[in-house]
Amino acid sequence: MTNSAMAVAAPRRRALHGHPLLDRLVPIATIVLALIAIWYVAAVLMNMALVRDAFEREETPYTASELIAGTMEAERPLLPAPHQVIAAFVDSVFGYPLNAPRSLVYHSAVTLSATLLGFVLGALLGIALALMIVHSRVLEKSLLPWIICSQMVPILALAPIFIVVLGALGLQGLLPKSIISAYLSFFPVTIGMVKGFTSPDPMQLDLMRTWSATPAQVLTKLRWPAAVPYLFAGLKVAITISLIGAIVAELPTGGEAGIGARLLAGSYYGQTVQIWSALLAAAILASALIGLVGLAERVVGRQMGTRP
Amino acid sequence: MNGSRLRLGFLAAAAGMLLGLLLPLSAEAAPLLPARPLPLVLTIAAALLFALAAGLRGAGGVAPGLAGVLCGAAATLALLRDPGIAGSAAAGFWLMVAAVWLAAALCVMRLAAIRSRSLSARRLLDLAVPLLFGAVVFYLWEVLVRGFGVPPVLLPSPSAAAARFAASLPILWQDFVQTFIRGVLIGYVIGCGAGLLVAIVANRFAFLGRGLLPLGNFFSALPLVGVAPIMVMWFGFDWPSKAAVVVLVTFFPMLVNALAGLAAAGHVERDLMRSYGADYRQTLTKLYLPAALPFIFNALKINATLALIGAIVAEFFGTPTLGIGFRISTEAGRMAIDMVWAEIALAAIAGMAFYGLVALAERATTFWHPSYRT
Repeated sequence: MTNSAMAVAAPRRRALHGHPLLDRLVPIATIVLALIAIWYVAAVLMNMALVRDAFEREETPYTASELIAGTMEAERPLLPAPHQVIAAFVDSVFGYPLNAPRSLVYHSAVTLSATLLGFVLGALLGIALALMIVHSRVLEKSLLPWIICSQMVPILALAPIFIVVLGALGLQGLLPKSIISAYLSFFPVTIGMVKGFTSPDPMQLDLMRTWSATPAQVLTKLRWPAAVPYLFAGLKVAITISLIGAIVAELPTGGEAGIGARLLAGSYYGQTVQIWSALLAAAILASALIGLVGLAERVVGRQMGTRP
Repeated sequence: MNGSRLRLGFLAAAAGMLLGLLLPLSAEAAPLLPARPLPLVLTIAAALLFALAAGLRGAGGVAPGLAGVLCGAAATLALLRDPGIAGSAAAGFWLMVAAVWLAAALCVMRLAAIRSRSLSARRLLDLAVPLLFGAVVFYLWEVLVRGFGVPPVLLPSPSAAAARFAASLPILWQDFVQTFIRGVLIGYVIGCGAGLLVAIVANRFAFLGRGLLPLGNFFSALPLVGVAPIMVMWFGFDWPSKAAVVVLVTFFPMLVNALAGLAAAGHVERDLMRSYGADYRQTLTKLYLPAALPFIFNALKINATLALIGAIVAEFFGTPTLGIGFRISTEAGRMAIDMVWAEIALAAIAGMAFYGLVALAERATTFWHPSYRT
């Protein structure tokens, strides 16, 4: 995607000149600031009626500035202001011991463990399927269309059933959630790796044949190195989708732990600030995970001697 | 897989069918196969056809092989109608199932190995091989579930789910309209349209584009379905909240892809438009948008699945008493798993049809693109 960023940036006018980093950060910062400003305005407008009702119920006179200040501090606002979300987030991250059920760190850790286990399972399954598909024409023709079909089915929507059924089988806790995550995340890995394993051009494959390389040697010395960039592209998609799978899989477990359970509890009790801070935690988790995969990509790339 | 091994496989399948005649079919006291006229005839026919398939070379063996698979599958399914066998099937029965499976796998292998020169034959084969594979999977699912007597609460047989599907068409249609026509389609159109419009604006003003692209990438990686409870709070239980979730989920993939697509027009083409004296609107409709179509369709296809997921997940947070997601969660709570699977089938069919329509539209409008010209 960075390539396309460059391409979009290409026809720009000569408005800003400076450090390239500044060139990149200024537009982003502008838009982020604009979004936060819009958020504040929206918070005022959406919570206005709520706060006005509260004032009128108590029959206290109020001024416009009091009204606006009230929209920023409402306990159950329709749209909490950004600083409220951040305050609640900081409070629930640092304000409780790590294993308390009100600590967001605890819930994030529960979700994170399901995400990572599902991601590892999914990535291994994805690579294994890609290996099988690349080496067998029969499987390529018969299995690959079904793998593609399987992703057009809204699998994620079936996650709660899966949990219920597996729960009836006696499987509870981490594993059912990870199975959902794995089911979702194997697909981008498989598709990417099939592409990657078949990416060496025929000349290179012919060269391996002239050296009378065994299929295992072709795999380890040619196909696998050629597939590594595709692997990381697939893994980046897989880890985000794995997180989504883990969160949705937590919805039916209602009272238990995890970011998804936090969302559901927040929606039951109208705790909007809690929902938003859980969403913030999910966003931070997602970007950290993608960052980790990106870091691994760079480390592996350097070890393999590819240029960044 | 070479010819002699294929032949050996078919012979093994024939032998398996015939062994089914001798071995006990059920763990309980049930009459052997020779005492049942219809399955007996089908079994012998299947065995003969497998033997014939083993005798013929190359592609000629596929037709009798497939006919034999049909006969064998019919025989085992007919046997399952006996309550003495369903749930307590024994060696003889499973041997027949294994033989049918083996023969079907061999047929798939033979079909996949055919390299036809004519295009239409190749297309037909590309369709037939996965269909046959899928049919075998469904057959095994049916036979295993009924043969082992898996409780329907855990996993219903496909036939039970299909019967439930046929019996509750009115409910399914209501759910379909609520979730798909109202929630998904409206949200999809608004979300994709808004994403495209913002991308066009951002492409016009480069500053905006440079700010929006990284943010769009960031947001499209976030678990946005999590906003579902907030949307339900804002827009109520009915379809508008589902459509709102769908709008949010589909907006960012479209924005990112359309931005990349609008930048895909080459310099030569842009210079050509300038030399024609084309104004911005003409350049947009005649160059930028057509060049972006493959990217836009990529986003439309990604969004087709995301939209359905978003709508169904949003229904878990509150609905009027209909909708696919609502039905799935309530029927799962009541342990009516066959109804759940009927809804799953509905969602799957809707999802695939939606995706297929988008793919067809893509073929019709981007036929000029290198990926279709081969």
